[in-house]
Amino acid sequence: MLATGTESLLRQAREVGAEELGRLCARVSALLQAEDWGPDTLDALRRLFLIVAATKYSRRLEPACVALLQTALRSPRCPERLQLLCAAVLREMAPSDSLSLSCGQAQSSWQLGLVASVLLAQGDPQQVRTVGQRVIKVLLESRQPEGRSLTHLLPVVSRVASLAPDALPEEQTKALSKRLGDWLRYASVQQGAAHTSGGFFSTPRARQPGPVTEVDGTVATDFFTVLSTGQRFTEDQRLNVQAFSMLRTWLLQAGPAHPSATDADDRSELEGSTVSVLSAASTTSHLLPPAEWLREKALEYCQRLLEQSGRRALRKADSDLQKACLVEAVLLLDLLCRQDPAFLYRVLPCLRALRARLCGDPACARALLPVARFFLRHGEAAAVDADAVYQHLFTRIPSEHFHSPMLAFEFIQFCRDPLLLLGSNLDLLKTSFPNLFKFLAWSSPALTSEFVALLPALVDAETAVEMLHLLLDLPSLTAALDLQLRSSQAVSERPLWDISVRALGCLEALRDPQAQGLFQHLLRAKASGTTERLTPLHQLLQPLASCARVVQCAQAVPTLLRAFFAAVTQFADGALASRLALLLLERSDALFQVEGYEADVHRVLSSQFPALCKLHPPLVVEQAKELVEFVGSLGGPSGTGYMLTSVVWAVGEYLSVSWDRRCTAEQINRFFEALEALLFEVTQSRPSAALPKCPPQVITVLMTTLTKLASRSQDLIPRVSLLLSKMRTLAQSPAAGPMHSEGDLGAVRTRATELLNLLKMPSVAQFVLTPSVEVSQPRYHRDSNTALPLALDMVSRLLEREASLLPG
Amino acid sequence: MVHAFLIHTLRATNAEEGLCRVLYSCFFGAENSPSDPQPRSAERDRLLRKEQMLAVARQVESMYQLQQQACGRHSVDLQPQSSDDPVALHEAPCGAFRLAPGDPFQEPRTVVWLGVLSIGFALVLDTHENLLLVESTLRLLARLLLEHLRLLVPGANLLLRADCIEGILTRFLPHGQLLFLNDQFVQSLEKEFSAAWSH
Repeated sequence: MLATGTESLLRQAREVGAEELGRLCARVSALLQAEDWGPDTLDALRRLFLIVAATKYSRRLEPACVALLQTALRSPRCPERLQLLCAAVLREMAPSDSLSLSCGQAQSSWQLGLVASVLLAQGDPQQVRTVGQRVIKVLLESRQPEGRSLTHLLPVVSRVASLAPDALPEEQTKALSKRLGDWLRYASVQQGAAHTSGGFFSTPRARQPGPVTEVDGTVATDFFTVLSTGQRFTEDQRLNVQAFSMLRTWLLQAGPAHPSATDADDRSELEGSTVSVLSAASTTSHLLPPAEWLREKALEYCQRLLEQSGRRALRKADSDLQKACLVEAVLLLDLLCRQDPAFLYRVLPCLRALRARLCGDPACARALLPVARFFLRHGEAAAVDADAVYQHLFTRIPSEHFHSPMLAFEFIQFCRDPLLLLGSNLDLLKTSFPNLFKFLAWSSPALTSEFVALLPALVDAETAVEMLHLLLDLPSLTAALDLQLRSSQAVSERPLWDISVRALGCLEALRDPQAQGLFQHLLRAKASGTTERLTPLHQLLQPLASCARVVQCAQAVPTLLRAFFAAVTQFADGALASRLALLLLERSDALFQVEGYEADVHRVLSSQFPALCKLHPPLVVEQAKELVEFVGSLGGPSGTGYMLTSVVWAVGEYLSVSWDRRCTAEQINRFFEALEALLFEVTQSRPSAALPKCPPQVITVLMTTLTKLASRSQDLIPRVSLLLSKMRTLAQSPAAGPMHSEGDLGAVRTRATELLNLLKMPSVAQFVLTPSVEVSQPRYHRDSNTALPLALDMVSRLLEREASLLPG
Repeated sequence: MVHAFLIHTLRATNAEEGLCRVLYSCFFGAENSPSDPQPRSAERDRLLRKEQMLAVARQVESMYQLQQQACGRHSVDLQPQSSDDPVALHEAPCGAFRLAPGDPFQEPRTVVWLGVLSIGFALVLDTHENLLLVESTLRLLARLLLEHLRLLVPGANLLLRADCIEGILTRFLPHGQLLFLNDQFVQSLEKEFSAAWSH
C-alpha cells in the first residue's frame, strides 16, 4: 500500500551520498542555466527537494546551484511549478548563510511573494522587518490591477504583523488600515466577468455577469462579504476575503491598538451612559482617522455576517463556513469592544439576539463558546444574558455533545479561561463538574492533561467528597455514556459507541427501575450533594468493561486522583480529611472491574491515606472503629495488599496520645487484637490458588505496628515478644521455603530480630517507635541527649554487653 | 497564526511495522524569541524544527490510534478504498490537543489533526484560534491533496510531488493565512490551480 513504497523512497533519499548529490546539483544547474523549463527540470527539482527535506541534518548544495535557484525565482519566463519548487528547496535549506536574495529583485508581486516566503523562513528578525517594510510599501504604491497582484502580498503583511508587530512603520500601517476598511466595505457586488478568449469562436454577446448571491441562493441584499457567492470573483472581492481573513490579527498586532487620547477620559462615562455619542455620526463620515475607519467598517462587516449566518445554506460546505464566520465575527466584536468601549452599546443587541438563536439550535453548540466569552469580558453591561448563556452552556451542552472531540476540547479551553475562573460564575462551574467529567470520561487521552490543570479550580470543600466518588467511578461513567448512546441514537446515524462490543443484555437490564435510578444519578448534570452505592450498576455495566474507551479512561484515573489530592490537601480541614480517608477505605473494594484498574487505584490511594492522616493525625483515633473493622474484615490481603499496608502503617504511626489526647489504652488494645489476629491468619493459612501469597511488606508492617502499639501500652510487650519469636522461627523453617523467596524470608527474620531487641529495653522502644512531634526538627538530632542514632548505638552496646554476660 | 502544516504516515496500531515518518512539512512561524541570549546556529535551528515536526507527528499518530481503538475500529476493518469512491472526509477521524510549553515548542500550541486511511494531516497553531475555521481548512486541504495527488491509487506517492503540494498551499493557505472560502470560491481557485498545472 502507500506505506512500503514511501518507506523505501525515504530511505533512498536519506542514503544519497555527497557525491551523488553533487551530480544532481550539477544536472540541475545545467538545466536551469539553459533555461530548460521542461519535464526534466521538474523531475530533477522534485528529487532535489526530497533529498534536501528528507534528512534532519542539512545538506550542502553547490553554491552555483543555489545561485541558479535564486535566479530562477526572479526569471519572468520560468513556469509557476518550477518557481515553487525552487522556493521550496531554498526554504528547506533555511536557515542558510549563502542566500543573496532580496526583495528588490522581484519583478512581479507573485515573485515578491515567493521571495518573501524564502526570506521569512530564515528566521532572522532583521530580515523580517526588511521584508515587511518592503512588501507593505509595494502594496500601498501598486497602481496597476494586473492579475491578482495585491492578493499575493496581503498574507505576507499579515504574517510579518504576527511575527514582528513593530516592524511596520506607523504611517504605512495607518494607510493600510484605511485600504483594508475600503476593501471590506466597498467590494463590488457584481460577479466577475468571464474571460472571453476572443478570436473566431467566441460568442458575440458575452453574457453580463449578474449580482453576487447569498449562500441560500437569493440575490445579495447588501455589500459583499465572505459569505457572498458567485461564479467568478473579481480582484477586489478576493481582497475582501483576504482582508477579513487577516482582520483579527491585524487589529490585535499592528493595527490601531488604542483609541485616541480624548476617548480615554470619556470611556468611563460611556460605560455607564445609555446613549453612545460617537457611534451614530460616524458611519458616513470619511473624515475618521484610519484606525477608527477600520474599526467602523469591521463592525459593519461583522453585523452583516451575523445576519448572513442565519440563512439556510444550500451547500454543506457553506453551512460549515457560516458557523466559522459566526465565531470569527463574535471574536472580532469582542476585540472591537475591548479596543473601543463605545461600540458596546451597538453590539449588545446583536449579541443578545444571537444568543437566543444559538441556544435553541443544537448544531451550533461550538459557536456558543465565543458568545459566552464575550459576555464574560463585557459582563457588567449584560448580566442577565451572561447567566442565561452559562446555564445553557454548563447544563445542556455537555450532556448532549460529550462525544464530539473538537467541542470537548474547545469547551475545556473555555473552562480554563482566567476570566471565568476569577469571576462570579466560578460556583456554577464548580457545581457542574459531573457534566464536565463526561467530556473527560469520553475522550480521556486528549483531555487528561487539560483536566489536571483545571482540577485545582474545580475542587471545593463542599463537593470534594462527591467529586472523589465520581473520579473513582469515571470508567463506569464511560460505560454508562456508551450505553446511553446505544439506547438513544437513531439507527440510521453512524454509531458513536464502540462497535466491537455488543451489549444487548445491558440495555435490557436497564429497564429495572432501581437500575434506572442509579444510571440517572451517574449521568447527572450537577453536583447533587448525595452519594449512591453504585455497585449494582457496576455489575450491570460489566460487559462494557472491556471496551477500549473504558480501559483508556481507567488508565487516566490515577493521574487525575493524584491531581485531585494535590489540590484538596491544600485546603482540607480535619473533618474533610476524615471523610475522605473513610471514603478511600470504603471504595477500595467497590470499584468497577476493569483490567488493572483496581491495582492502579490502590497504588495511588495507599499513598494518599497516610498523607491525609498526616494532615489531620487525630483522624486515626476518631475513626478507630471503622479502621478496626476494615482491618478485621479483610481476612487476608487481596491482590497486592497496598491498602492494608498503608492503613496498618498509619495506625502504628498515629495511634498515640502524643497525636490525640483521646487515645485510650483500650483503643490500643482493640487494635492490637485485631492486628494480631490478622497476622496469624496471613501467616498460618497456606497460600493456595484462591488466596494469593502474602507479600512480605504486609508481614513486616504488621509486626512493626504491633511493636509500636506495645511500646505505648507496655503490658502488651510479652505477647508481642512471643509473636515476634514465632515469626522468626516461622521464617527460618523449611516449610515456609517454597512459598516465599529467600530474600523475603530474610527480611522478615531481620525485622523480627530488630524489633525483639528493641523490646528488651521498653523505654528505648517507646522513644524510638513513638517519637514526639519535635522529631522533625534538626535540634532534636543535634542535641546529644535526644539524638536517635546515639541512643540506638547505646542500646546495641548495652545489649551486646548483656549478651556477653549471659552464659552460653 | 498557523505555525506549521505537516503530512505524515499513520499506522492503525502500534503493532504494525514501520515508524511514523513526516512526509512533508512546511514551517510558517519562527521559534526565535528576541530575548534568547544564546547565539543560534543555523544547523541547530533546522535540526530543532525537524525534530519538533516529528514529535508532533508522533503525538498525532498516538491520538489517532487511541481514538480508533476507542471507537472499536481495528485495522482489519479498514480496506483501502478504490479511487472511484469519494473519500468520506466528513467522517474521517479528527481531533485537537494542546502542547504544553517546552514540549516540543517554546510556547504553548494547539494541534488540529485529521487522519485519512494511512495519512495524517496536521496544523500547528497558536492557542485561541478559530478552530471551526481550522478544521474546515484542514478538511479542504486534505480533500484537495487526496484528489490532485491521486493518493488513493495504489503505488501513488506524494514524496516526489512537492510542486503540487506547494501549489495547493500557495492558493489555499498562503503564507499560513487561514482563509474564509465559500464553496464557489474554492471551486474557482481549484479551476485556476488545475489550469496552471495542466500546462
